Amino acid sequence: MVQPDMTGQPGRGTPPPAGGVPSARAARLRRRARSLGGLVLSLALTLLGLLLVTFVIGRVMPIDPVLKVVGERATQAQYEAARIAMGLDKPLWQQFLLYMGEVLRGDFGRSISTGHPVAQDLRRVFPATVELASLGTLIGVCVGVPLGVVAAARRGGWIDQIARVVALVGYSMPIFWLGLMGLLLFYGILGWVGGPGRQGIIYDGMVPTVTGLILVDSLIAGDWAAFRDAFSHIVLPASLLGYFSLAYISRMTRSFMLEQLSAEYVVTARVKGLSERRVIWGHAFRNILVPLITVIALSFGSLLEGSVLTEIVFSWPGIGQYITKALLAGDMNAVLGGTVVVGTCFVALNLLSDILYRLLDPRAK
Amino acid sequence: MSPLLSVRNLRVDFPTRSGMFEAVRGVGFDLGRERLGVVGESGSGKTMAGRAILGLVRPPGKVTAERMELGGESILNLPESRMRRLRGSRISMVMQDPKFSLNPVMTVGRQIMEGYRLHTGESRAAARDKALEMLRAVQIRDPERVFDAYPHEVSGGMGQRIMIAMMLAPDPEILIADEPTSALDVSVRNEVLRILDRLVGARGMGLIFISHDLNLVAQFCDRVLIMYAGRVVEELPARDLHAARHPYTQGLLNSLPRLDRPVERLAVLRRQQGWRDAPPEGAA
Repeated sequence: MVQPDMTGQPGRGTPPPAGGVPSARAARLRRRARSLGGLVLSLALTLLGLLLVTFVIGRVMPIDPVLKVVGERATQAQYEAARIAMGLDKPLWQQFLLYMGEVLRGDFGRSISTGHPVAQDLRRVFPATVELASLGTLIGVCVGVPLGVVAAARRGGWIDQIARVVALVGYSMPIFWLGLMGLLLFYGILGWVGGPGRQGIIYDGMVPTVTGLILVDSLIAGDWAAFRDAFSHIVLPASLLGYFSLAYISRMTRSFMLEQLSAEYVVTARVKGLSERRVIWGHAFRNILVPLITVIALSFGSLLEGSVLTEIVFSWPGIGQYITKALLAGDMNAVLGGTVVVGTCFVALNLLSDILYRLLDPRAK
Repeated sequence: MSPLLSVRNLRVDFPTRSGMFEAVRGVGFDLGRERLGVVGESGSGKTMAGRAILGLVRPPGKVTAERMELGGESILNLPESRMRRLRGSRISMVMQDPKFSLNPVMTVGRQIMEGYRLHTGESRAAARDKALEMLRAVQIRDPERVFDAYPHEVSGGMGQRIMIAMMLAPDPEILIADEPTSALDVSVRNEVLRILDRLVGARGMGLIFISHDLNLVAQFCDRVLIMYAGRVVEELPARDLHAARHPYTQGLLNSLPRLDRPVERLAVLRRQQGWRDAPPEGAA
């Protein structure tokens, strides 16, 4: 394992090899590759921690998993047999190792409420959430970032004021109310969009599942009618989630930009005679990309687990709804499986934004 | 011969909650192909005067003047698009600290090429050659490597030399150097000054050298303006600086320790209200 060399890291690249002009670019790449090793290690530890926490939660919950399996009227002998079959008589550390092995093999046990293996349920519900959250984040980024940049560039101007109100409404409106009103107006009265659910009834199950994302799958199948139907169903909830992430992203973008626009290198860029557009997008904006990526990744992550209300209002069969129902039913296998998946996604998003850091910020070690 | 830059009664005002703040209150000077030093304590308006000439005072700041002419043409209240064409190509500026004045996420080469290409419309390859030539002109030993380096990978002295290379690449007539050596180690200060002096001299440029360091200005410049509270209180040839007549200049000089004339206690500058409003010494 190559250790990332944090101590002897001078600001001017690695020491030049004897007899040759060191390429600054090659030195930078080497440095990045090396620190990436350390990053992967720390992520593995994070995942281990996640498993440990979910395992402990599963054990301290005042729900008897054996009882859930054998039922209320089982005899003591049956109960004991089930307990041993489930491995609950073993010491905790052995149980944890077993649990870890199962999870690593993709086995989260069987869900009590659906009767299916949890992994199979997750393969069904998780893509639905990913599809919704991705489209929502896409809308949030495409509108929120330019809005924030322009608001910062025209600080105090009317665009800034409008952006402020838009964000304030986005923060403070309850999403279930907006969702219901949206359904009432655009589905009930105007009929512009599809109703609740991911698809209209006639398209249900018509598109072969490849990725689980219906928009993508219908494109793969070349089924335009199914694509249009799926799009008409997703557009309203995705816009709502997009609005919420827009509110957050635009405010963060604005404050990052204000900080950069008061920096000295912006004056330098103006002294050079660059146009204001080039000063803003070519110089200041490039400097906010790194923190902005973190904000976008976190906002995407929170949509993955936090859009329960939206999923319920729009009858969207996603993971938020799945976990919530499982929790109410005391279905711990499903809850833990869902938690592990969402947690892993968070960790993966962090890894992704860290890698992007390294690509975008030359100062990152 | 008409001066490169002629400024009369330049004023910069900022509205604040407690009324108008007058950062610059009637500054006037002519700049030829010479090194003009502008000295004053912090807050005396010297930086603001420099930025006003470049048209870089952002609203709500307001710039007014009786006259502000570049090569005989008025540049006062030019529309931003025309001012932009002058900035960088005819007047340029080097700022205090290269750590902050260079864009951290852009390579040195790209930053140098950017302004040059904008004003000359040259091709990438020609701009690259020019950038390397400029890096060599500011005595950077390994220009190819520095060209691809990011600002955090070079030292402060090197950063300031890069800044000079960048600002001189489009061949401006006037360079405003705003405390260009204040953020540098004493050891590299002279080197940077020498390079600046040589390049500005060879090109026959006008240099406005803003500083709070009296000795430095006395050595380096031809002529000195002393600013106090937003106006010029005294103007004199640099070699006569030690014969300054204005009490503020004298006070500044007396508060500097001197090896050839050691004193028990250094004098403390006592400001007088009258200095704020009195007309400059020479004009009276």
